[in-house]
Amino acid sequence: MTAASNVLEQAARWRDEGRGVALATVVATWGSSPRPTGSQLAVDEKGNMLGSVSGGCIEGAVVHEAREVMDTGEPKLLEYGVTDETAWEVGLACGGTVRVFVERLE
Amino acid sequence: MQRSVLDALLAARADKRPVALVTNLDSGRQALLDGDNVIGDLTLGSVVLDRVRQAVADDRSGALPDTSLFVQVNNPPLRMVVVGAVHIAQSLVPMAMLAGYDVTVVDPRQAWATDARFPDVTLSTAWPDEALAALRPDRRTAVVTLTHDPKLDDPALRVALESEAFYITALGSKRTHAKRLDRLRGEGVDEAQLARIRGPAGLAIGAKSPAEIAISIVAQATQALHGAATT
Repeated sequence: MTAASNVLEQAARWRDEGRGVALATVVATWGSSPRPTGSQLAVDEKGNMLGSVSGGCIEGAVVHEAREVMDTGEPKLLEYGVTDETAWEVGLACGGTVRVFVERLE
Repeated sequence: MQRSVLDALLAARADKRPVALVTNLDSGRQALLDGDNVIGDLTLGSVVLDRVRQAVADDRSGALPDTSLFVQVNNPPLRMVVVGAVHIAQSLVPMAMLAGYDVTVVDPRQAWATDARFPDVTLSTAWPDEALAALRPDRRTAVVTLTHDPKLDDPALRVALESEAFYITALGSKRTHAKRLDRLRGEGVDEAQLARIRGPAGLAIGAKSPAEIAISIVAQATQALHGAATT
């Protein structure tokens, strides 16, 4: 059993329980990002999460976005990096940049 | 993600089949490539399909250049075959499982290879060469021999050396390892093949306890997997 498979299986279980679920996937990285391309985070409507898309730096922001994706059903392509300074965006302490795709599990 | 796509992905994983999930990052449409079958609401042309198959062969997730497509490769887990259900194996097996390996422990000595000593692990009590031949190591497989017993370790190593296993190591001191290489040399194994056996096993981190030795072996397997320079 790998951590990666746990994430999707947990997402399926949450959905089976009737919870809203979103999946976040690292689709590109630049510089010294903490988690490689393909890393995944599952989020449910209560903010429970499993997996990771960074070393903990951006998960909070991704969970916030994931809840919106759960509501609208519209996927989002997010980018986080050291240069982001706006209120809802957070930077990576390592100085890298990651692009994260967030989608609703139907 | 459509639930049917997720279920197909999870089913393929459970069957240990390689699959790729292709996502159009603009539209969110997706296709799951499972052998010759494509499931989902994203249509893929034959040129793209070939590129996706190449990504699966390379075990590399990522964007397809010059497209809006992202390919998530889901290959079956890495495998580790551990020969010798010994004390060090009891530390190595759970660590390797945490690192993502599907582990099989091989030991024909039934007093050692017990479910009580190795819960939740696939055990084989076949002779190591037969067990290895049946498991057919591939380039996502690591082979680790731990018994110190030439009758058990050597036949396993010979089968491993005929495979594409990405990491082959044998526990034993420098002296034990030199003697092992001499025996295998005497059986006609050539130097290029012998050089594939990492010995003494594990990275040189001064490991002493079984757990520390297990750390050094998992670390060396990781190094071999990612093609880092060997030390």
